[in-house]
Amino acid sequence: MDTTLLIILVVAIVVIITLRLMLRSFRQRQDRLKDISEEAPSLKKAAIADDTPLETKAQFEKEAQSEKEPQVEISHVYKSFGGNEVVKDVSFTLGPGEVFGLVGPNGAGKTTTIRMLMDIIRPDSGEIRVFGQPLDEDTKNRIGYLPEERGLYQKMRVSDSLVYLASLKNVEPRVAKERGEELLRQVDMLPHKGKKISELSRGMGQIIQFLVTIAHNPDLIILDEPFAGLDPVNRQLLKDIAIELKRQGKTIILSTHMMNEVEEMCDRILMIDEGRVVLYGELAEIKWRFRNNSVFVGCEGTIGELEGVSGRKEHGKVVELFLDGETSPQKILSQLVERDIKVDRFEVSTPSLNEIFLQVVKR
Amino acid sequence: MKKTWIIARHEFKTTIRRISYILLTISFPLLALLGMLVYLGVTQWGGEGAPPEELKIGYVDETGVFDKYTSPDGVVFILYDTKEEATEALLSDEVSEYFLIPENYLETGVIERYTTKRELELPGTIALMEDFLVANLLSGEVSEEVLARAQTPLLPLSYRLDPETGEIIPPENPFIAFGMPFIFAILFMLSIFSTSGFLLQGVAEEKENRLIEILLSSVSARQLLSGKVMGLGAAGLMQIVVWLISAVVLAAIASATILPIGGLTIPIGLIVFGVIYFILGYLLFGILMAGLGSIGATARESSQWTTIIVLPAVIPIMLIGLFITNPGHVVFTILTLFPLSAPVTAVMRLSIGSLPAWELLLSIAILIASILGAMWLASRVFRTFLLMYGKRPSLGELWRYIREG
Repeated sequence: MDTTLLIILVVAIVVIITLRLMLRSFRQRQDRLKDISEEAPSLKKAAIADDTPLETKAQFEKEAQSEKEPQVEISHVYKSFGGNEVVKDVSFTLGPGEVFGLVGPNGAGKTTTIRMLMDIIRPDSGEIRVFGQPLDEDTKNRIGYLPEERGLYQKMRVSDSLVYLASLKNVEPRVAKERGEELLRQVDMLPHKGKKISELSRGMGQIIQFLVTIAHNPDLIILDEPFAGLDPVNRQLLKDIAIELKRQGKTIILSTHMMNEVEEMCDRILMIDEGRVVLYGELAEIKWRFRNNSVFVGCEGTIGELEGVSGRKEHGKVVELFLDGETSPQKILSQLVERDIKVDRFEVSTPSLNEIFLQVVKR
Repeated sequence: MKKTWIIARHEFKTTIRRISYILLTISFPLLALLGMLVYLGVTQWGGEGAPPEELKIGYVDETGVFDKYTSPDGVVFILYDTKEEATEALLSDEVSEYFLIPENYLETGVIERYTTKRELELPGTIALMEDFLVANLLSGEVSEEVLARAQTPLLPLSYRLDPETGEIIPPENPFIAFGMPFIFAILFMLSIFSTSGFLLQGVAEEKENRLIEILLSSVSARQLLSGKVMGLGAAGLMQIVVWLISAVVLAAIASATILPIGGLTIPIGLIVFGVIYFILGYLLFGILMAGLGSIGATARESSQWTTIIVLPAVIPIMLIGLFITNPGHVVFTILTLFPLSAPVTAVMRLSIGSLPAWELLLSIAILIASILGAMWLASRVFRTFLLMYGKRPSLGELWRYIREG
């Protein structure tokens, strides 16, 4: 009788394990079938996805209300670690639909500022308000953050990663799944949704990382060095998505030390160095402020002597005219027009942001 | 709260799918089953082994009086005239050993024993030789009964009386007295350490994979820590419950089939307090491990730190020898009250029912207090070190961060 009992126990364990394995393989097959059946209509959806905004009507209304009110207000924030002041008196505001550049050399305090904005670390003093209210769980849920130090669970599947991390932003798993698949479709990665993160190439991993950042449809997106280590193709892909998000009225903070990216994408910038704000405002206005006192002129024939020009320098087909302190570029242009010179190119010489950066940081 | 729950569920699901978790969980019941099958196989189908060969012991008798009772049960004593003959017989394997009874034996009692085997302690043949000598010495002087008694003067039967009622307490099964505390302590420790080890690994992996900042942008450090502790704790508890249930079932089967451990049951108090001590022990080790996990830059580095807290927990297992002979020793009271060794020691003592109520309650109270203390420490360390990469803090820095919080 005892041996029978033992045999029954062993058989029961074997049966349970077998059933479980069968159920698992059945589920996997079903998932695969579902994938295949979804593939076909997805192509149609992808074609129209570009011009269908992702927001619902309610969100449109919410954004219309907050059209004018600042999305981010940081005033007089200080933070120090172990007696070392990392952020000193930083203030800025940020309106909806803006792409804002947070620039500065490594170790300037950019990441610390962002971490305070995300409530990961608390400021020693100063006030931070996001969406018009102090930081709380609700504001966190509306922010998408791509940290500089980033990664994913290596053993988790792509779709599970999107759903889990979005559910931590208070998105229902079902909604997160739909939105995740839609995003994967937009970047042509839907066939990879069942793969583990470790099976993806580096570039693909970076794209998934970016999708995780926006999977919960955040209103404010913070990107810390988003283009580091990306190849040109994926860099362009990310930029396109970012521009599309801006078009949808999302606010984006781009923190980087790659000045060309900032020049290309940002409306306004904040430059910090050693924890202090050194430049803040419209990018165009800043560039105008830092303009060189010269103009580039490209024209047929010779220009001749002009009033207010103190020197000139040939750059191939273009001549750089250096102005004396009192003459404006407009005055030069009107002289050229008066003399009936055919002008191909007239440009006020402004330094690149990189040059401004070097100039300011050196000072 | 909702996010804590999501993290707990995620951690639970990930853990119970881990191969190492599944293997550890089913290994105990499977091994016990296997052991029982082997036992049954040996006793039921193995049949009787070949009858043991008769033992041959040589002797040289210089007194000339030891010549009777040369073949009691299982042994033959063969007389040799000289030592040389006996040595030759020993070397040619005719006898397994021989002894020499010198002329002055009656005065000195000295017997010279010769053997070719390497022995650490006196073998059972000494008893056979004693019987042979006694039988020959008393031969003719006393009756056979007295002779038999002289050879085996006592067959002890001891009884333990209840100190209050004076009634006889039924004798303990040696397997329960010695085996149970050991098995339970080992299993208990395995489970606490494997689960809190998962916690350490989980935190360190998230740090290593640079996930921490992404997680902290959605949840607070407190939510992350408590979600992980809850999820992994549930997984560990499930493991312990599986083990306890299978222990109850297996014990029932075993006591019916295997004679030497008849009457084996698992005391209900052990199950209840086992679960309580598991939860408390896990919380203490889990929180400490999570704190340590946040300090190291990689999982490997973090696990080096854990020796500090694992060592005290292993002490009761190392003292198992003392525990079996003297479970009431004051050392075990100290170990029951010291929080890091309390869970394992308490379970060991509970399994043989030697834990007084006041020690039980006091140790639980101390454990709870230390859990709160550990939480206070860990939450200070956790937030600071999670975002610190590539730099191992010195003890001084650690202390400063704890103070500054």
